[in-house]
Amino acid sequence: MQRRQFLIQTAKASAMALGVTGAGIWLAGRKATESDRVFAIPDYSIPQDRLTRNFVVVRGTNPAAMVTAGMTELGGIGKFISPGDRVLVKPNVGFDRPSFMGATTSPEVTGAVVRAVLAAGAARVVVSDNPINSPAASFGRSGIGTAVAQAGGEVRYLSENDFRETHIGGVALGQFTTAAALLGGVDKVIGLPTLKDHNLSGMSFAMKNWYGLLGLGRNRFHQDIQNVIADLAFMIKPTLVIGDATRILTKNGPTGGSPSDVKPGGTLIFSTDAVAVDAFGREMLKRSADICRYIQLAADRGIGTSDYNSLGYMEVHV
Amino acid sequence: MRTIRAIYQLFFLGLFLLLLYWASYDRLAGYPVRLFLDTDPLVAVGTVLSTGTLYRALWYAIPLLVLTIFLGRFYCGWICPLGALQDFAALLRRSRLKKNIHDNDYRPIYRLKYLILTTFLVMAAFGMLQIGLLDPLVLLTRAMTTSVLPSIDRGESWLFLTSREFDLGWIAGLLLISVLIAAVYRPRLWCKLLCPLGALLGVFSRWSIFHVRRSLDNCDDCRICAANCPAGAEPDKNLRKSECMLLLNCLETCPSGSISFGVMNDQAPLPVAGPNLTRRRIAGAALAGLAVPLVFRSRPSIVDTPRPQLIRPPGSLAEPDFLARCIKCEECMQICPTNVLQPSMTEAGIEGFWTPVLKNTIGYCEVNCVLCGEVCPTGAIDKITLDQKQGRGEFKGKPIVLGTAFFDRGRCLPWAMNRPCVVCQEVCPTSPKAIITDEVVVYEGDKRIELKRPRIEPDLCIGCGICEHECPVVDRRAVYVTSVGETRSEKNRMILDTPVSTGGKS
Repeated sequence: MQRRQFLIQTAKASAMALGVTGAGIWLAGRKATESDRVFAIPDYSIPQDRLTRNFVVVRGTNPAAMVTAGMTELGGIGKFISPGDRVLVKPNVGFDRPSFMGATTSPEVTGAVVRAVLAAGAARVVVSDNPINSPAASFGRSGIGTAVAQAGGEVRYLSENDFRETHIGGVALGQFTTAAALLGGVDKVIGLPTLKDHNLSGMSFAMKNWYGLLGLGRNRFHQDIQNVIADLAFMIKPTLVIGDATRILTKNGPTGGSPSDVKPGGTLIFSTDAVAVDAFGREMLKRSADICRYIQLAADRGIGTSDYNSLGYMEVHV
Repeated sequence: MRTIRAIYQLFFLGLFLLLLYWASYDRLAGYPVRLFLDTDPLVAVGTVLSTGTLYRALWYAIPLLVLTIFLGRFYCGWICPLGALQDFAALLRRSRLKKNIHDNDYRPIYRLKYLILTTFLVMAAFGMLQIGLLDPLVLLTRAMTTSVLPSIDRGESWLFLTSREFDLGWIAGLLLISVLIAAVYRPRLWCKLLCPLGALLGVFSRWSIFHVRRSLDNCDDCRICAANCPAGAEPDKNLRKSECMLLLNCLETCPSGSISFGVMNDQAPLPVAGPNLTRRRIAGAALAGLAVPLVFRSRPSIVDTPRPQLIRPPGSLAEPDFLARCIKCEECMQICPTNVLQPSMTEAGIEGFWTPVLKNTIGYCEVNCVLCGEVCPTGAIDKITLDQKQGRGEFKGKPIVLGTAFFDRGRCLPWAMNRPCVVCQEVCPTSPKAIITDEVVVYEGDKRIELKRPRIEPDLCIGCGICEHECPVVDRRAVYVTSVGETRSEKNRMILDTPVSTGGKS
């Protein structure tokens, strides 16, 4: 064998041996679990001392005018949205139902909010939810898809890749899958729930609305629904909540299914405190505090207050 | 010529895949997604024999048959997407003249496809439609829908928002792969040996006026044309018209320019018109086609002995009529927004293998959706309206019922373990809800527990299965749907319908 040939062959063999050994060491050191990839939801809230007051109830019939009035009385939309913000608007688009069934947030209100946020200088407004029924069908039939597109926002359907294990740290929910890809990509979050009856918790409104950001396995929540809803309010610290009670699904909730279950409400509720919005909604829906226990549970844990008068309650008619 | 044909093949394969891609709830815009199946002459002829009618757009197949009568099997060479895929697979071949002549030579066994066609058509005439097992367009639609597209998409969400999964998809996928592997060793083996659509077009092309002609004046019998004829049509001898797929490779490769395409002339050897069959063989195949449906008559009738898991899509015909129409193309499964439609394995018996059934653990029937009936090319699932499905307007009080839900009280959390739940009631889409909860107080020792316990109101339940799908007892659900009460059967009933009944049953 030539010396030159021998050296080349030895070099190749050594490189191969090193490669195999190195790969072995690297693979043996890898962790089987990926617990370090747990997502933490950012805090989207704004300092409350900037606001004129933190609880405004607007009565009227014109959604655009009602949204403008509500924002003005809180101190102006500029307090919430800074130019260039990426904003998530989270209406309730839980079901494949037409708007008049009252199971989903009003498309007119959703469109008005998207317009207002864009007018305040937001770079982009994303509207999303994780419906029980097909996303395309739910956004389509509820009218919200069209309303958002016309207002210049973008609808985002969630796919399974958007969800990730997330630290929640609540009483009933320690860790769960949330729409991390969505929540991690925005600066501000506006909750846009619709007021409706709920078969088990009595009412679905501001706190329950965050349910739409959770992933697979959420059908186990009903076993401890009151604590879970309180945990949802703990989980998300929103920039603002606008409660849509322009019409109210009074029974057969949360799906509805008959226009006779729906009553006109003519009301929008503005506050950064989802607990306070729910406290007000509970009175509108005429549910006892014993049924909607989650409001008190959340208030007791200091997540918010059920005494909306303490937030500077104000009512305007437009 | 070969380049032009490859462009046509790529175009039609692309169109086929594009239409399949568009056949999705998220991308609906009135595209003619059934086009390839509507124009499939075998589907048309098969369902005409099994039902005596030509459903909806299946008459689109007639122009194609008429063209075949004049031109021959141009469809196989220029349009068929499965043929195109085989041609592309054959690019992996090492091409040598002698080997090609050997692999492409005609073999008597290629008459098998005509015997298969005969058997299938006679079976169809006796109400047993199985052409879809081997029809190339059905086979490809099925393989793409239940295997290829879901596998490509899995975990990536390129094609569908949520991953699609199909119990028996792998069988359809492996069948497609086998066809393509075979095409590498024997080009177009599927088409020559098994394809019943090719056989049907072959029978019709016996009258064709135009065909490939070999002029004997210049031909030096080099057999290069035979080496380049994957159809095994023997252009170097007396052309077998029913085998020729109009690939026209012979035209382009003939060194002496002896081959042309046109009407019969005196210079060319007389073509062989019909398939290589004797009356004896045809009679044998026809008898087999008669025997199979007869043998199956000894089984318990699904009509008289309903099967609990045989839950058909909304608008489905009564079971015998359904089986006389369903070709198992799985177009309904492609468009179903919830993935609930699955190929059946045993639910509908062996003759119903691959027909659509609802598996509510995977999805549920969306009340606001009638797309499966919209895309069904043969009317096994009738085209229904939303009013008809939901029991509104002129159908008031008579919604389409797929089955009835039942509670397994030994597994239901409020019933068996005193835990609150009733997710089922929350998602129930009927109005008023078909799941009713009764409020009860139970004691575990001194501990007082208030509970809502669910039960089914059978007059209201439409069997959509969303309760079963959303039930948190995920392995064996505590609420489940069986077929009893389904609209399409008059015998699969349990509730006495009284004239004053306010319920939803007809």
